[in-house]
Amino acid sequence: MAAKTLFEKIWDAHVVRTEPDGTTLLYVDRQLVHEVTSPQAFEGLKLAGRKPRRPGATLAVPDHNVPTTDRKLGIADPVSAKQIRTLEENCRDCGITVFGMNDVRQGIVHVIGPEQGFTLPGMTIVCGDSHTSTHGAFGALAFGIGTSEVEHVLATQCLLQTKPKTMEIRVDGTLSERCSAKDVILAIIGKIGTAGGTGYVIEYTGSVIHALTMEGRMTLCNMSIEAGARAGMVAPDDKTASYIKGRPMAPTGDLWEQAVKAWRALPTDSGATYDKTVELRAEQVAPQVTWGTSPGMVTGVDGMVPDPKAMPDDRARKATERALEYMGLAPNMPITQIAIDKVFIGSCTNSRIEDLRLAASFAKGRKVAKSVHAMVVPGSGLVKKQAEQEGLDKIFQAAGFEWREAGCSMCLAMNADVLQPGERCASTSNRNFEGRQGAGGRTHLVSPIMAVAAAVEGHFVDIRNWK
Amino acid sequence: MQPFTTHTGLVAPLDRVNVDTDQIIPKQFLKTIKRTGLREGLFYDWRKRKDGSPDPDFFLNQPRYQRATILLTRDNFGCGSSREHAPWALLDQGFRCVIAPSYADIFYNNCFQNGILPVVLKTDEVQALFKGVSKEGYTLTVNLDAQTVTTPDGATYRFDIDPFRKDCLYKGLDAIGLSLQHDSAIAAYEKRRSSEAPWLFTDLAAR
Ligand code: SF4
Repeated sequence: MAAKTLFEKIWDAHVVRTEPDGTTLLYVDRQLVHEVTSPQAFEGLKLAGRKPRRPGATLAVPDHNVPTTDRKLGIADPVSAKQIRTLEENCRDCGITVFGMNDVRQGIVHVIGPEQGFTLPGMTIVCGDSHTSTHGAFGALAFGIGTSEVEHVLATQCLLQTKPKTMEIRVDGTLSERCSAKDVILAIIGKIGTAGGTGYVIEYTGSVIHALTMEGRMTLCNMSIEAGARAGMVAPDDKTASYIKGRPMAPTGDLWEQAVKAWRALPTDSGATYDKTVELRAEQVAPQVTWGTSPGMVTGVDGMVPDPKAMPDDRARKATERALEYMGLAPNMPITQIAIDKVFIGSCTNSRIEDLRLAASFAKGRKVAKSVHAMVVPGSGLVKKQAEQEGLDKIFQAAGFEWREAGCSMCLAMNADVLQPGERCASTSNRNFEGRQGAGGRTHLVSPIMAVAAAVEGHFVDIRNWK
Repeated sequence: MQPFTTHTGLVAPLDRVNVDTDQIIPKQFLKTIKRTGLREGLFYDWRKRKDGSPDPDFFLNQPRYQRATILLTRDNFGCGSSREHAPWALLDQGFRCVIAPSYADIFYNNCFQNGILPVVLKTDEVQALFKGVSKEGYTLTVNLDAQTVTTPDGATYRFDIDPFRKDCLYKGLDAIGLSLQHDSAIAAYEKRRSSEAPWLFTDLAAR
């Protein structure tokens, strides 16, 4: 048999049929659903008199709109409340499991899938959300789709897809102490650009990737979409299986044994080839900070805000000028001199228990600067509970961080957590687009411990030699 | 879905790279449970100046582009969030076609689901169209069958498109209806696969 990549094995196992031009009807094992991108899909289904083919292959949760303050008070915004109510009604009508807002299992859709054991290696997983790429950390083919496609999957359990190309991103060497998966992925995006992965599925390989924890791999795969890729993946190994084992929706008994055996056959065969390979040395990765309005506008914390005059062409110069104007930054300013107003630790990129443990270990015994407002938003109700059992909430609160309920929160500011115009935020999320965290708000993407250090000092610092 | 065959329309230029879907339609418009009425959210933050008044420099605020149906823009259009509200808003404003050197994957897909044709032309061809559009009343003719874009002075640029997608858009086909015609193939797949990999078929009971 021909040598295959991880991607090719999963793709081939899910082909239902192929059109003459290669367009493929691909079987979907699991779908995740949230309140923002699903109402029109359920409506379309109803209007056409169709029913979900496999309601038990779908899991739903409200996350984008939910308040992260006291939930007993309900949702102040009637439009948000209606969207969440609509999700619950639609799921009830269709027989789809939904974790309601007051369920301890509620959380960001890309946090709860893995947490519940709903996400498994070798699966095809979709969700009406671009960061579905997160689930690729388990060696699944997971990607975001639009609302019409959500409806398509509900009705048919399949999707029409053109086969993407494959890209290997190999990261070897040794990461400096205090550098993390977040810094690796930001450095990758800085290197290949925000459209560098367009048309590709990325497989991350190399010693650095395999040394990452499952949480780190999720952070990495999460931001594959910021590199333009359709999906990102990491081959499953023993770490993957032990993370999944015993989770509520994971296979058990005989099925578990069969599944693990199949997962061992998933990694890319030696001799298989990719359409493209990119290499990165871990030694070159400094803690990263974005300075602009696109995730590719990024540099090491020891670097400087770029000078548009030094840009190679007209278009790059214009884009840089525009970004600097929006961000209120001067060319050639050292990154460590950028002062911040807010700190957001959360989002499907960095809100898992490991992120919070690490962040808390740096917050311990320190104080958030007077000029800074900082908050921590756990990725799920269960992450929150676990953190509280470990006393992390007390550490954060003693340091002056707010401790919130689970949800997307200020990652996209659809609920009440919003940046004011001109405010500058160090954020552990994944997008620094104009207005993403609030109209006129300015976002700098960083790792959780870089965010803690910035909160304490009131400006960015090089975490590698921080106290 | 409205079929797309041949379309002649007024062109509006958006001379920016990496236009993301947060910009095409900001989050406050995503709370709707409908597909229509999204026009007022289209490029919402770019339509206004800092003080909230309409920005006369932004193309959508200029009378000459009010009836535009073809959006001309730059690389990596539609990156970021998967929100289909982006093509819905473009459609609601009257756009049937976008022309750019490249698109983000999910946005590109979403266009086809809504009867919008995303045309990919070479960077220098797009540049030539940007030159042309400086003339008021600049129109283009987009012929899906021939896969061409033709300028008022007769220059013609060819574009590529997957045959299957082209056919669906040309005929305005309902993709779900098409896939449902393969119901027996799907059922056969499920039967085979559930014996090979039974752990993938332990469905959740609705709770
Ligand atoms: S945390 Fe942010 S990026 Fe992740 S799903 Fe929520 S809004 Fe999207």
